[in-house]
Amino acid sequence: MPRRLVRIWLLQVKQMSRSSFEMMGAVLLPLLFATLAFYVLRAGTHPHALLGASIGAGLMGTWSTVLFGAGSAIDHQRWQGTLELIVAAPTPLIVVLLSLTLATTTVGIYSLVATMTWGAILFGVPLDLVHPAAFLVAIPATIVALATLGLLMASTFIVLRNANALANTGEFPIWLLSGVLVPVALLPTWVQPVSSLLAPTWGVRALREAALGGSPWRAIGACVLCAAVQLALAAVALRRVERRARDRATLALT
Amino acid sequence: MEPAIEVDGLVRSYSATHGMVRRRRSTVEAVRGVSFQVARGELFGLLGPNGAGKTTTIKILTTLLLPTAGTARVCGLDVVADTRAVRTRIGYVFGGDRGLYDRLSGLDNLRYFAELYAVDPRGLRARIDEVLDLVGLGGREGDRVEGYSRGMRQRLHVARGLLHRPEVLFLDEPSIGVDAVAARELRAVVAHLVEDGTTVLLTTHYMFEADQLCDRIAVIARGSIVAEGTPAQLKDQVADDRVVEVQVFGIGEAEVARVRAITGVTSVIVEDHEQAQALIVHCERSLDVSAEVVAALDGVRVGSIATREPTLEDAYISLVTAAEDG
Repeated sequence: MPRRLVRIWLLQVKQMSRSSFEMMGAVLLPLLFATLAFYVLRAGTHPHALLGASIGAGLMGTWSTVLFGAGSAIDHQRWQGTLELIVAAPTPLIVVLLSLTLATTTVGIYSLVATMTWGAILFGVPLDLVHPAAFLVAIPATIVALATLGLLMASTFIVLRNANALANTGEFPIWLLSGVLVPVALLPTWVQPVSSLLAPTWGVRALREAALGGSPWRAIGACVLCAAVQLALAAVALRRVERRARDRATLALT
Repeated sequence: MEPAIEVDGLVRSYSATHGMVRRRRSTVEAVRGVSFQVARGELFGLLGPNGAGKTTTIKILTTLLLPTAGTARVCGLDVVADTRAVRTRIGYVFGGDRGLYDRLSGLDNLRYFAELYAVDPRGLRARIDEVLDLVGLGGREGDRVEGYSRGMRQRLHVARGLLHRPEVLFLDEPSIGVDAVAARELRAVVAHLVEDGTTVLLTTHYMFEADQLCDRIAVIARGSIVAEGTPAQLKDQVADDRVVEVQVFGIGEAEVARVRAITGVTSVIVEDHEQAQALIVHCERSLDVSAEVVAALDGVRVGSIATREPTLEDAYISLVTAAEDG
């Protein structure tokens, strides 16, 4: 099964990388986010915060790509008639969809790297990472965190004919809740427990602590654990959703 | 031996809501109590007009839709309870342009679906070459699908459906939109599969296709099966008829009613052919009603007129019209 997951993932990346529309977004968004991060934070008095902001801005781009990627990928598959074929195949739907969200995250994580690179080149944001090894581990952990959360949301996209509309409403709350936009500590206390259940929150923290100092390995552990819970929830949701889609006939346009 | 497909009292209804403020629900019954069996190795045709329930039936059998009532078994397995096991044993191919990844090559498309069907990776390339040869796409597999013609896409679809050597293959209007030569090649591929022991359920609009390929045919109209049998048996249903076909220009309801009233006429159908129409009159074999028909068409421009033996198409059309009028 893992081999199958990887092969489907790679073929999906290949298919996506040939869409000039999706690639334009992946190339331009990081530039935009890097610029924003710089001008918003430059006003502040903490020069080191720029690297943290650069990471946050990069992750905003990544989450957008994951969410819209998953939403539009499912719409696109429905539109081009492959959604039915995927469901009709014996491979569990979760394997196919996980590889699909992994594929969009792969494209999306480029956004993080590009934002940081642009930040360094254009605005001189320092790239001196405190724990470079932990940073390299935190990247794939964050990919998995975002992909499994995307998968959980994608399960609802299967029953809805217009998945992209729902993707729109999922963008901001996750930015806020996972501490990409502002640190979780600044959010109201009643929101913080919700944030700590989301794997991306720990991914963001792991990346920040690896870059700026702290205990990134603990955050990486929590990230992987929460991602596993997200995956389990997605598996349950997808089983229900697939049945509902077969009942309501939403797999095809006709 | 148990049949490859067993369908018993299958019902499927769709519900839809209308209106923005006052929501009203309406229910449409797409399939109303369909039952049939297909033996192993048989090529069974499901024939019917648009909206008759062919695709809905196929989608229930391929586990894409749940039935509202009734049961369906494929290879002895229930399509609702044993979904995964059914999926490993069947192939599903539909007609038209969709269902492929356009930006990938034909080869990558096949690789992708081979993964979904858990085809053994060791023999994968050999199997891909085998299905490509079978459908006649060998040599073009490296090209992106967006550059394929309609016929090539359809052949790639069939290749995809065959990768995992399914026991039962569902072909939903596979020849729709492909040219005559490509359609003939497709029929040859299907015939070859059946020779190799694959069970095939085919839906089509094309009568000659069903006549040429199918061992047995079920005619479906308005969600119910109205006739079932070999092509010869279906033709026998109208064997006692004689058919008078008249080319007319601008026929109205009144003239059709006058023709229908002629003694011995069993059914009257009007088909639109670009500028002209074809008036197809079935009557009892012992009678020749040509003169009365022409008389009844007084005031309408009449072209050619011919009396002929009924074909499978006539049998089909009279079955479907009878069901739709009823």
